[in-house]
Amino acid sequence: MYAFEYHRPTSVSEAAKLAGQADDMKFIAGGHTLLPTMKMRLAGPANLIDLGQIAELRGITRSGDTLTIGAMTRYVEVLNSAEVRDAIPALVEMTELVGDPHVRHRGTIGGSIANNDPSADYPAACLALNATIVTDRRKIAADDFFQGIFTTALDEGEIITQVSFPIPSQAAYAKFRHPASRYALVGVFVAKHTDGVRVAVTGAGSNGVFRVAEMEDALSRNFAADALNGISVAEDEMNGDIHADAAYRAHLVGVMARRAVQAATLG
Amino acid sequence: MTATGIGAPVRRKEDQRFVTGQGRYVDDFNRPGQTYAYFLRSPHAHATIRSINTGPAKIMPGVVAIFTGDDLAADKIGGLICGWMIHSKDGSPMKAGPHPALAQGKVRYVGDHVAVVIAETLAQAKDAAEAIVVDYEVLPAVADTAQATKSSVQIHDVSPDNTVFNWHLGNKDETEAAFARAKHVTKIDLVNNRLVPNALEPRAALGEYDPGNDNYTLYTTSQNPHVARLVLSAFIGVAPEHKLRVIAPDVGGGFGSKIFIYAEETVCVWAAKKVKRPVKWTSDRTEAFLSDAHGRDHVTHAEMATDENGKIIGLRVHTIANLGAYLSTFSSSVPTYLYAPLLSGQYDIPAIYCEVDAVYTNTAPVDAYRGAGRPEATFVVERLVEKTARELGQDPAELRRKNYVTQFPHQTPVIMAYDTGDYAASLDKALELADYKTFPQRKQESARRGKLRGIGFSSYIEACGIAPSQAVGSLGAGVGLWESAEVRVNPTGSVEVLTGSHSHGQGHETTFAQLVSDRLGIPIDQVSIVHGDTDKVQFGMGTYGSRSGAVGMSAIAKAIDKVIAKGKKVAAHVLEASEGDIEFKDGKFGVAGTDKTLGFGEVALQAYIAHKFSGQDLEPGLKEGAFYDPTNFTFPAGVHICEVEIDPDTGVTKIERWTAVDDFGVIINPMIVEGQVHGGIAQGVGQALLEGAFYDQSGQLITASFNDYCMPRAIDLPSFQVGMTVTPCPSNPLGIKGCGEAGAIAAPPAVINAITDALGHEDIAMPATPQAVWRAAQKTRMPMAAE
Repeated sequence: MYAFEYHRPTSVSEAAKLAGQADDMKFIAGGHTLLPTMKMRLAGPANLIDLGQIAELRGITRSGDTLTIGAMTRYVEVLNSAEVRDAIPALVEMTELVGDPHVRHRGTIGGSIANNDPSADYPAACLALNATIVTDRRKIAADDFFQGIFTTALDEGEIITQVSFPIPSQAAYAKFRHPASRYALVGVFVAKHTDGVRVAVTGAGSNGVFRVAEMEDALSRNFAADALNGISVAEDEMNGDIHADAAYRAHLVGVMARRAVQAATLG
Repeated sequence: MTATGIGAPVRRKEDQRFVTGQGRYVDDFNRPGQTYAYFLRSPHAHATIRSINTGPAKIMPGVVAIFTGDDLAADKIGGLICGWMIHSKDGSPMKAGPHPALAQGKVRYVGDHVAVVIAETLAQAKDAAEAIVVDYEVLPAVADTAQATKSSVQIHDVSPDNTVFNWHLGNKDETEAAFARAKHVTKIDLVNNRLVPNALEPRAALGEYDPGNDNYTLYTTSQNPHVARLVLSAFIGVAPEHKLRVIAPDVGGGFGSKIFIYAEETVCVWAAKKVKRPVKWTSDRTEAFLSDAHGRDHVTHAEMATDENGKIIGLRVHTIANLGAYLSTFSSSVPTYLYAPLLSGQYDIPAIYCEVDAVYTNTAPVDAYRGAGRPEATFVVERLVEKTARELGQDPAELRRKNYVTQFPHQTPVIMAYDTGDYAASLDKALELADYKTFPQRKQESARRGKLRGIGFSSYIEACGIAPSQAVGSLGAGVGLWESAEVRVNPTGSVEVLTGSHSHGQGHETTFAQLVSDRLGIPIDQVSIVHGDTDKVQFGMGTYGSRSGAVGMSAIAKAIDKVIAKGKKVAAHVLEASEGDIEFKDGKFGVAGTDKTLGFGEVALQAYIAHKFSGQDLEPGLKEGAFYDPTNFTFPAGVHICEVEIDPDTGVTKIERWTAVDDFGVIINPMIVEGQVHGGIAQGVGQALLEGAFYDQSGQLITASFNDYCMPRAIDLPSFQVGMTVTPCPSNPLGIKGCGEAGAIAAPPAVINAITDALGHEDIAMPATPQAVWRAAQKTRMPMAAE
């Protein structure tokens, strides 16, 4: 790890101010991606701004048909939240599959989304649930937020404050874990909303998390696994590595989508 | 059996400190004035080093020194050695290229050692390493085992085509004749996938030099500290043997990878004198992936000949063994004498012929890894037997039974003389525990759910102990493979056992103490096991090859016998009886036919005070040493049955049942033995389903972290059903065969045989990842749909 200046603001405005002043700056949330990268000397920000002491970034609230989760809320708080379990049980079930207990006690929703790892779970949830990502400057629809692997709509120094999820009538996440890393080799989040079904896929796409319009149309007409028969995603848009080439990933998208719909309709 | 004697499931004495974080590993040792070493490693698989400019790095903060291969050469420090000579078919010795601890002019794999930075802190050492400018001329590389000799890449000057040796074993003419008269020939092509050992504790070394006495101390993660000292002094020449103390304290797993003498410990000892301060290096996980000796990596074609009765009459095998970029310490023995002599398996096969071409590639060195050669042999034999049974339409269990060796001793055509065993007994017990008869119902039930169920056998045998010395010497070993022990009885009657075996997870502090408690009749907490320090233990060959029970404990037993004999003399003096009338029983020395007895502790005290010794014929004290060299290898064997269910939609293979029936001879501690079986199976399942070290065409290791290299987890394994059969080993006084490697040897073919049974075809390689199984299952689904 290279030497760096460590900052620990206690408010969003202080964090934003620090970010504006500091050169070569990184925010750190749970640190589960950034710290290993720094330890391996693959990243070496001169300034590290820790968002962990900002109380206003934490917490879970429900207001009508919207569930709002603070950006620095840790996975374990989602898991233990009766409110989330009541509103969007699929979010709890997905969070149970994030990493391992260590990760779930340190990792945060905002950190995951800001990083937009192409194999992370939360981007799929945000996209399928049609979430709104709220920052210290604006509100960004999930459809506009995720812009390719490790790339988001966030500007330099912009801080995610919370994520708002419209509560769907039915939803589920099916994850096929990468054998080694336990990230999503393929993860499919399906959610049925009053205005239609959304299907988001993580892990598989060569450009990060994406929606599958053909599946959404079919499921909007008939929210049943059989409605997906004959629908496939294009292999040439899939990621490939030694554990799963593009053809296998494309196949798994179909399998996981069906399993997600089955789980959603069982519930 | 007493509560702490032989056969008792005594809880491990050492676990208290391990599970409470009180173990003392190499990295826990810190010496005054200590510096930190960081190795600059090659980013290229193959390159000529035009120059190394350390100038800018040397003046960076905290830098104490920077050394390169030139500095080692200037001090006449020798290269690392391979201690087992193999001769090719034509009689020529193996082609051993130079293996400098720090590169001299060339690097040959990613992770090869280019320079060492020694600094006040590790971070400063890393900073300085980044400032070293190395001018590489990158050369083409070859990483693929099967392509090594066909490539135009030349890795070592001594071997223009990258061949290390072309070796063979067995009788070619008899084997060809057997195939000529065979009714059926089964052919198979196999890859035994390359594995990274991944001990929980990474390697580490701490070198220290005392100028006052001209003494060196090396703390190191070693399975065999005396061998490390011998090699470092006699061959590499960093310090005279009597001036070098090697300490291998608590060591967190080895699996073979800590047998070898590596560049890092060599450099740390040498550099400690150069900089006149202690030098510590602790591997990080990436370094471990890149530079620990890997395991396996064979490409094999094999054929099995059977007659009209389904009797195996011949076996011929051709293997290409990848030894990596350099010959590691025992690498040459693994695909030769630890491999081909096991190709007879548990079967009476009259004719066997095996050829092994060992090759260099631009990859990390390959050496012994849990099982070492024997898993590779078992994979060949057990995959072939299973395939033969399928091709002949016979039950794989019954084809095995038909071909089992039943008369002992049994001389195979490939060196080994099996001393004892009852293979059918293990098979019968395994079939019963596995509920083999009702497997067809389970398969049907799976099919109803759209799943593919399969069952696979592995009837393995291994040769353990890696002894006797005369035998291994005749096969090319550079050392003898006996073991030593010293049993020190203190005046208070407590006992310290100094053993040349080394415990790095095996539980010796418990099992060895059980033997002492059992033999001397003293409480187990009165016994300490001392190991891993060349200043304490006179000599030892270390722990590998499941040898510490059969060889190491036999040495202790021999020393205990001497202690008892001496104790009888002491008792005779004290009790004023004739030595011949003294009996030792239940911890007491007594005069036969009388009620006069002395407890073991009383005799110990009398031996040290010597007040009642008359004359000069008896020396005071009670301490005896022994060296033990067995009469043969030992031959643990058993039957493992694996039952899998495959989800053809995803390719996920779930192991539903695992039955292991092993014959390890006499068992000292069944709980520890069962643990060894569990761990071994887990590693074997890892090889079969999950693990694989892959280099790309340019020689980059693409599985260099746990993000890509998949280790087995608890969730990947079922609850094991473990049974035992016992035929005591006649080749050592305790009847022990050894258990440390059995699971890793038995498991891979059992898994793959089960998967191929489920798939209905043979086209699957290790690791059988979900992707691979899904693809293979595409060929299976049509007949399923027709059912």
